[in-house]
Amino acid sequence: MEISPHDIVIVGGGAAGLRAAIAAVEAAPGSRVALVSKVYPMRSHTVAAEGGSAAVLGADDSLDLHAEDTVRGSDWLADQDSVEAFVAEAPGELVRLERWGCPWSREPDGSIAVRAFGGMSVKRTAFAADKTGFHLLHTLFQTSLRHETIARYDEVFVTRLLVEDGRCRGVAALDVRDGRVRGLAARAVILCTGGAGRIYRSTTNGAINTGDGMALAYRAGVPLKDMEFVQYHPTGLPGSGILMTEAARGEGGYLVNREGQRFLEDYIPEKMELGPRDILSRAVMNEIEQGRALEGPHGPYVQLDLSHLGEETIEQRLPFVRELARDYAGIDPVREPIPVHPVVHYMMGGVDTDAWGRTRLPGLYAAGETACVSINGANRLGSNSLSECLVFGARAGVQAARDAAEAEAPPPSRLAALAEDEGRRLHSTYLEKEGGRERVGLLRRDLQATMEAHVGVFRTGESLEAAARDLRGFKERIGGLSLDDRDSTFNTELTAALELENMLDVAQAVVGAALARCESRGAQARRDHPVRDDVRFARHSLAFAADGGPRIDWSGVPITRWPPAERKY
Amino acid sequence: MAERRIELHVSRYRPDRAPTPYVESYEVPYDDDTVVLDALNAIKDETDGSLSFRWSCRMGVCGSCGMMVNGEPRLSCAAFLRDLAPGPVTVAPLRYFPVVRDLVVDMEDFLEKLREVRPWLIREDEARDEPGAHRQTPAQADAYRQFSMCINCMLCYSACPVYGQDPEFIGPAAIALAHRYDMDSRDQGRDERRAVLGRDVGVWACTFVGECSEVCPKNVDPAAAIQRSKLDLAMRGWRAVWPLGRRP
Repeated sequence: MEISPHDIVIVGGGAAGLRAAIAAVEAAPGSRVALVSKVYPMRSHTVAAEGGSAAVLGADDSLDLHAEDTVRGSDWLADQDSVEAFVAEAPGELVRLERWGCPWSREPDGSIAVRAFGGMSVKRTAFAADKTGFHLLHTLFQTSLRHETIARYDEVFVTRLLVEDGRCRGVAALDVRDGRVRGLAARAVILCTGGAGRIYRSTTNGAINTGDGMALAYRAGVPLKDMEFVQYHPTGLPGSGILMTEAARGEGGYLVNREGQRFLEDYIPEKMELGPRDILSRAVMNEIEQGRALEGPHGPYVQLDLSHLGEETIEQRLPFVRELARDYAGIDPVREPIPVHPVVHYMMGGVDTDAWGRTRLPGLYAAGETACVSINGANRLGSNSLSECLVFGARAGVQAARDAAEAEAPPPSRLAALAEDEGRRLHSTYLEKEGGRERVGLLRRDLQATMEAHVGVFRTGESLEAAARDLRGFKERIGGLSLDDRDSTFNTELTAALELENMLDVAQAVVGAALARCESRGAQARRDHPVRDDVRFARHSLAFAADGGPRIDWSGVPITRWPPAERKY
Repeated sequence: MAERRIELHVSRYRPDRAPTPYVESYEVPYDDDTVVLDALNAIKDETDGSLSFRWSCRMGVCGSCGMMVNGEPRLSCAAFLRDLAPGPVTVAPLRYFPVVRDLVVDMEDFLEKLREVRPWLIREDEARDEPGAHRQTPAQADAYRQFSMCINCMLCYSACPVYGQDPEFIGPAAIALAHRYDMDSRDQGRDERRAVLGRDVGVWACTFVGECSEVCPKNVDPAAAIQRSKLDLAMRGWRAVWPLGRRP
């Protein structure tokens, strides 16, 4: 087998991956950077981010205030040293994107405009109408085309990290176009594969968000951190789960129940619609449980009312929300309220890294939603994630380039043997397998139904035990998968099966960590443990892969300047 | 209400097994919310896992799921079956591209063309620029905003008879994106792009059919970008006679 030699292999071509790639070639000109993605980079799910990207840009704002908002939003589970680095570097990243051509929305004087966002105490969210992620991604992708030393492997699916002598030395990857498994050797590998929202049925996430990088690291012995914290976005369209951006509330939209009441006055009167997502999602669920929601073909919902904002504001600031509501809900928000309910949106947890993207496996790095630094703790504030992709994507790229310069070149022959092993595994497990009657699509639906039913906004020990049982059953069933498709060329049933392997590992980590954390904090609301317990759980959970499900360990949370306090708004 | 069902006639091409494409029929249930993409996913999940197609966001912004639906280039995530009833509905890969497998086309050609038009912000001397963000008024941003909305879905190439006849034509989306940077007040790279757009296979190949703008799901209007680029090139003497292009 031929092994392609590289200095740095980046897995994933969204905001974090592209930013890491550009940072790496700028930090080490001439270095051989490979950008490997299972989709063309501009298809990455960064494209669907709508509302904006947070950074201190205005004179009425300060780094301390951004850090404090982030720490409070995290329910004091963010690493405060990392948060301080994050808020300090975010403004420079947004300016850099501006200089690369990002079409930020502007104030009349030509400066970058900012809007209000949930949990942010001042306006600090830069935006490009309500297609911020789309513009950010295309700006990064188009800028990356300048750099000819970035070698792209588009539609190449990484299935395994090549680890030898305690160091990550490359990846094995399936070329979807011709079905060949190839090896890519590297002195450093950066995982930037985004989130895993597809382990749930109702999610804003695209089909590609299957936790691939998380599962790759997990299976290589790197722990996943804080996986129990799954963010529900309070305003997704029922049925499809399509995101109605928080910017709709940032621009002044209301959430109302069936009585027409802005019910958040009963939950978070000081912040109302600009409260953080975990609190708002619980409020909506509570309205539903109390019978104050409306009932539609896709279940109960509340309403996001923008009609008082007027057509001009909606067209200027929220044109995509209007387009999506019209196309997918048959509603023009200029005239009618939009039906919404909480849907899975974001994983606070991910691959355990330090503030430079390093994992505990030498040679392996992670950034973006795949990673958990953690700056988000138990609940991420809206518009911090795009900035996180930029800041920590750049940091991981720079750090990996530095370390790669000192690392020895991997021995290609032994990597070839590892990659060949992986090729044989795909053949024996899927392409040449006889027997088995499980369908990928149906097992995936069962997984999603379990997560939806038992690992939602509210959890109990009992519901989580039920989920853990189901997942163990799915682990057995996945061994019985039988593919209709045995072709080499663009076999998307094979990639779907590989994604399902990843989803199942990630789901087990989520449930294992959620069971171990016997408290309620941020996005984890345990009905059987309704209060925050700093004595036992002011710690990060670490899920290690083990036989029969994850083994959970814990690590400390660095506190610099904001001692834990009651989370009040 | 009784379950509604509709027939899909889907183009199949499995080069590992047979050298020629064929059509396979599937019947699927649907309701008012079902789009063509949902129907394809139901087929793949429940009955025929071998059907291959690209998709991700299912909200019209990732640009993956373009297909020919009843002969028109469409995003399959935005093509509602209720509007195509009673059917049958034909689903085929995007026209004018080489087919890799089933509904998956080869778009490498576009990626090369995209790089050729230099779709990034070009400054004459970056080292001499003031640090910090450029100023750009809302009016200056409006000048190029529309052309920055391209999602690279390739529908415009499938709608363009010129591209169908001459795959060397640089094509609507690439020109729209070149124009997006040309019109950006922060950019100084217009001369570099003129050298690309001014070739025979650049804007001059366009015969102003205008179908590209008709099918664009994001209202980008590549046809306007092409005409404006032609005018710019003509004024600069890149072509003496305007607007006569090369006829396909």
